[in-house]
Amino acid sequence: MSDSNKIKRGVSLYSFQEEYFLRKMTLEDILAALADMGIHGIEIIGDQMIPGYPDVTPAFYDNWHKWLAKYNHTPVCLDMFLDWNKFDGRVMTFDEKVESVKSDIRVAHELGCTVIRVISKTEPEVLAASAEYAEKHNVRLGVEIHSPMHFDHPYIQSLIDIYEKTKSPYLGFVPDMGIFVRRFPRVIWERWVRDGMRPEIAAEIVKAYDTHTGVAEIAETVKAMGGTAREIGASHTIQHFVDANPKRILDYSKYLFHIHAKFYEMLPNYREYSIPYEEVVPIFDQAGFNGYISSEYEGNRHIQDAFEVDSREQVRRQHEMFKELLHEA
Amino acid sequence: MFDRYMIVGEEFKNVKSGGEVTGFQLGLRLPYYRGVVLSLVGDMVIKVDGEQVPLEDMSVTVGGKTFPLSGLVKETVSKWEFGDIGILTVKKPGGLKPGEHKVEYSQHMKISYVPNGFWGSDEKTLHLAA
Repeated sequence: MSDSNKIKRGVSLYSFQEEYFLRKMTLEDILAALADMGIHGIEIIGDQMIPGYPDVTPAFYDNWHKWLAKYNHTPVCLDMFLDWNKFDGRVMTFDEKVESVKSDIRVAHELGCTVIRVISKTEPEVLAASAEYAEKHNVRLGVEIHSPMHFDHPYIQSLIDIYEKTKSPYLGFVPDMGIFVRRFPRVIWERWVRDGMRPEIAAEIVKAYDTHTGVAEIAETVKAMGGTAREIGASHTIQHFVDANPKRILDYSKYLFHIHAKFYEMLPNYREYSIPYEEVVPIFDQAGFNGYISSEYEGNRHIQDAFEVDSREQVRRQHEMFKELLHEA
Repeated sequence: MFDRYMIVGEEFKNVKSGGEVTGFQLGLRLPYYRGVVLSLVGDMVIKVDGEQVPLEDMSVTVGGKTFPLSGLVKETVSKWEFGDIGILTVKKPGGLKPGEHKVEYSQHMKISYVPNGFWGSDEKTLHLAA
């Protein structure tokens, strides 16, 4: 196993959503493919690949632990959601929200996961009320920092306030690397063009993002170019992407539980088209982070109209990059 | 996310009951990346050859159980799992004529962390066997 003081490599099974959705791969197929690639840290979305979640059957747990042993995997992180809107005509009460988080904690514990990725916008007070239960089950609760939020967003700051007051080492963050998008993902604007956007409009939108100029006014710019309602609608997408300063990671080292290594397109030269991982990974190292950096491939939805999605190859390339950046032999 | 896979043509056929054609059925998948309880499956708009199917004529079978579409808001435990094909049954005495039909499907998903949720949609021309 890896040195305990080093960053470890893992994969969120979310990365294989295309193949799983289309029933081209089962959960075990994915676990076996990861073992073949030498990747052993596993993250799972309960609602995606665990039937009946959060009411998990004993048969599922039996299979899960059998597969982990067979493929030498380590369960790392469970991703949860808080469906506070699921009741007809009312929202969940505070106690119901806490109970929902506690059921996630119980499942994480049974799966052997030591981190839960908490969905963004979960109320800080709900987490504070769940901290003791999390500690009892040795499961840390990390709220996802996901674009368009970043470290300075008021919600993230409100969490830090309550973390400081609670002083629980079981409350922290799971930053998503989608907050470090330097160049607008090519797979997204190429899809726009395939769907009928004029290339000169796409080029203008991408230029605004990449140069950080005119992002707020992009809809007006596209309109002035004679953009259609659909082109104007798509242009707003760039306002949901963030190019945060990776050095800010250092200010929050003690709260880092897990990393979502979001990516859109791994190139054949083992670089991500839009996110400068070569700058970001060394900063996590410098921050003393020794948890898992977990692949989260999200390119499938942008290419599935024209190309065969190959999540396995995309994940493989990202891990070749990680090995290099983490100085693995 | 999965819009282009929402309509599953293989399941498109007329359905019979007691020797009579009582309607037709269609395979559907949700456009979202996780399974949800049925109460989070929002408005479902199905059009066949441009004509919208009335809500009260639709029911869906998922996980081995059949639910009237109008009752989904009360189902806070039963789930529509990620990637599962639900069978939509539409009440229509006599069914549809054999041949090509244009099917349009729009689905609202009530997702707590997305203000107002989101819509997915698909459109396919399907062949109904005689």
